[in-house]
Amino acid sequence: MATNGSTPASTPLVDMREISIAFGGIRAVDGVNVDLYPGEVVGLLGHNGAGKSTLIKILSGAYRPDAGEIRINGEKADIGNPRDAKRYGIETIYQTLALADNVDAAANLFLGREIMTPWGTLDDVAMEAAAREVMGRLNPNFRKFKEPVRGLSGGQRQSVAIARAIHFNAKILIMDEPTAALGPQETAQVAELIKQLKAEGIGIFLISHDIHDVFDLADRVSVMKNGKLVGTARTSDVTKDEVLGMIIMGKSPPGAIAGPGAVH
Amino acid sequence: MSQSTSQSTIAPAPARPASPPQAPAPSLLGALELDVRFLGMVGALAVIWIVFDFLADGTFLTPRNLWNLSVQTASIAVMSTGMVLVIVMRHIDLSVGSILGVTGMIMAVFQANYLMPSFGFNHPAVAVLTLAAGIGIGALIGTLHGFVIAYLGVPAFIVTLGGLLVWRGAAWAVAEGKTIPLVDDHFKLLGGGADGSIGAFWSWVVAAMACAVIVLATLQARRQRKRFRFPLKPVWAELVTAGVGCLAVIAATLVVNAYTLPAALARRYAEANGMAVPPEGLAISFGFAVPVLVALAIGVIMTFVTTRTRFGRYVFAIGGNPEAAELAGINTKRVTLMVFALMGGLAAIGAAISTARLNSATNAQGTLDELYVIAAAVIGGTSLAGGSGTVAGAMLGALVMQSLQSGMVLMRVDTPYQNIVVGIVLVVAVWVDTLYRKRFK
Repeated sequence: MATNGSTPASTPLVDMREISIAFGGIRAVDGVNVDLYPGEVVGLLGHNGAGKSTLIKILSGAYRPDAGEIRINGEKADIGNPRDAKRYGIETIYQTLALADNVDAAANLFLGREIMTPWGTLDDVAMEAAAREVMGRLNPNFRKFKEPVRGLSGGQRQSVAIARAIHFNAKILIMDEPTAALGPQETAQVAELIKQLKAEGIGIFLISHDIHDVFDLADRVSVMKNGKLVGTARTSDVTKDEVLGMIIMGKSPPGAIAGPGAVH
Repeated sequence: MSQSTSQSTIAPAPARPASPPQAPAPSLLGALELDVRFLGMVGALAVIWIVFDFLADGTFLTPRNLWNLSVQTASIAVMSTGMVLVIVMRHIDLSVGSILGVTGMIMAVFQANYLMPSFGFNHPAVAVLTLAAGIGIGALIGTLHGFVIAYLGVPAFIVTLGGLLVWRGAAWAVAEGKTIPLVDDHFKLLGGGADGSIGAFWSWVVAAMACAVIVLATLQARRQRKRFRFPLKPVWAELVTAGVGCLAVIAATLVVNAYTLPAALARRYAEANGMAVPPEGLAISFGFAVPVLVALAIGVIMTFVTTRTRFGRYVFAIGGNPEAAELAGINTKRVTLMVFALMGGLAAIGAAISTARLNSATNAQGTLDELYVIAAAVIGGTSLAGGSGTVAGAMLGALVMQSLQSGMVLMRVDTPYQNIVVGIVLVVAVWVDTLYRKRFK
């Protein structure tokens, strides 16, 4: 399955180099290097608190790194806020989903990028129509278009968050625990979606603390522990047990490229 | 498992009607798409009015009292529309009463000392420039508050608590505590009264326009939904909602037109306009008061702003989940600043109405208004937890507050007891609202 991203000859879509950020003396991310190629899925693994979410929040513009640089398509990118990130085609599905609970699905889908009428007012009907279309593809049973998303189930909320990320022609997709709130059937649906997006040439960072969610979908995995990179490996070169060893003990197996966080 | 209790999902998949989005069998209220909370408030207001009319020996539900009530509500109602946005964003503004005080004072001094001497008595520009200066300064004060809150990160409670003291002091400093009379007749129109009312004919014109707008808005909404083949409201439901809206407009017009000038004033008016006075006396209607029309216009504009513009959508999204709004790329700081600037501008309009009504600006003007404005918004269903509230609800809340006060005045209740009642009503209203939210959300 790892045919798309197995020959990383071209320039990487995303190249995060020596990224560091500290919060009140705690180095949440410490000199981490990760990269992502078009049509590739990179799993970002590690325990809760390993720094995965913080690292991707730097890419999505929620945090500014203390050190390091981000290159998009080989060019240095200055990402100071989420608007900048979106301009680079980076879309994010956050672990918390980041939905405004008090407004409906369409309003959330288009939050910050509303469709306007020629008179400069919100075109709610057009937005609802677009929402019905995109939700119809993702979750055909979705009906609650008039309700604040507070009233939706976990899976429905998740599909709103996913719809928001894929509706605006993302080039780089960050999915932070995308299946956390989903049942088995919906999880399979998301896996299907990931394969489809990958085939369209979109690069995907898939963040999870659960290796089983990621291993079969990812072309490569990068493992973090205590804010440092343990190592990066092709999923074809390592076993699940070896990756578990990276996550739990920080041991980099022979098939992986060891990072500064690996124990020797 | 009995046939009657088994669900269709268990049975071997009977073809689910794959129809386009269809509303589930609508209930009566569901079909009307009415806001239950708003209906409840209208009901509560009706109860308050009837009870007061009974307790005050039939003096409450008179055209005269209802007309006065509408004028007295105007200033608070104007400010409550801005407070809704402030509270929806999880902030609070304790300074509106003081901003009202200082902008009222500045408008009076500016008019008396600068505009009158340079333009002359009753020049039309005087009123316009007075108002423009007041709104500009109010918005500037609000911008300052918003800047400190959004960009310097000081909590709104503290910033506006400071503002409450600062601007009250500033109001004193503008004229060293003196009361400044307002003399421009055009400006005084904003305060209502016999001159500041539009009379029977123009009241009917306004009513006709309002009904036309209601009908056109209903048609437009229907056409929009048709464009995308969305489920439509049943026609009878559209007719009922539009019809009730128009009836309310007509009823209000009948009431304000039933309030006529006192005999002496009517005679003077007739003399001034060269009209013959019939032997049975003249019946000259007040009609809608200018401040009420101003408040209603602001209500319509603010409703438009909250529901139809990007700015309004962002205010609600930020109130619902500030972090999500930020992550969605909304410039939450700028929106916060704009909301406080808007609040300041609306406080200045409130100041124009109340100074014009009193014909003067005093140092104490607007004292405690911040509390009435907040109470109006909260009684009107604005959640202090943020994220929900409507402009119409807040204006209705302002009317409820003013009705309580006006009713107690008619019953000759002393001011301290009035405060006790208003305080208790505020707490009970919010408690009932809390119960409602738990039950229905």
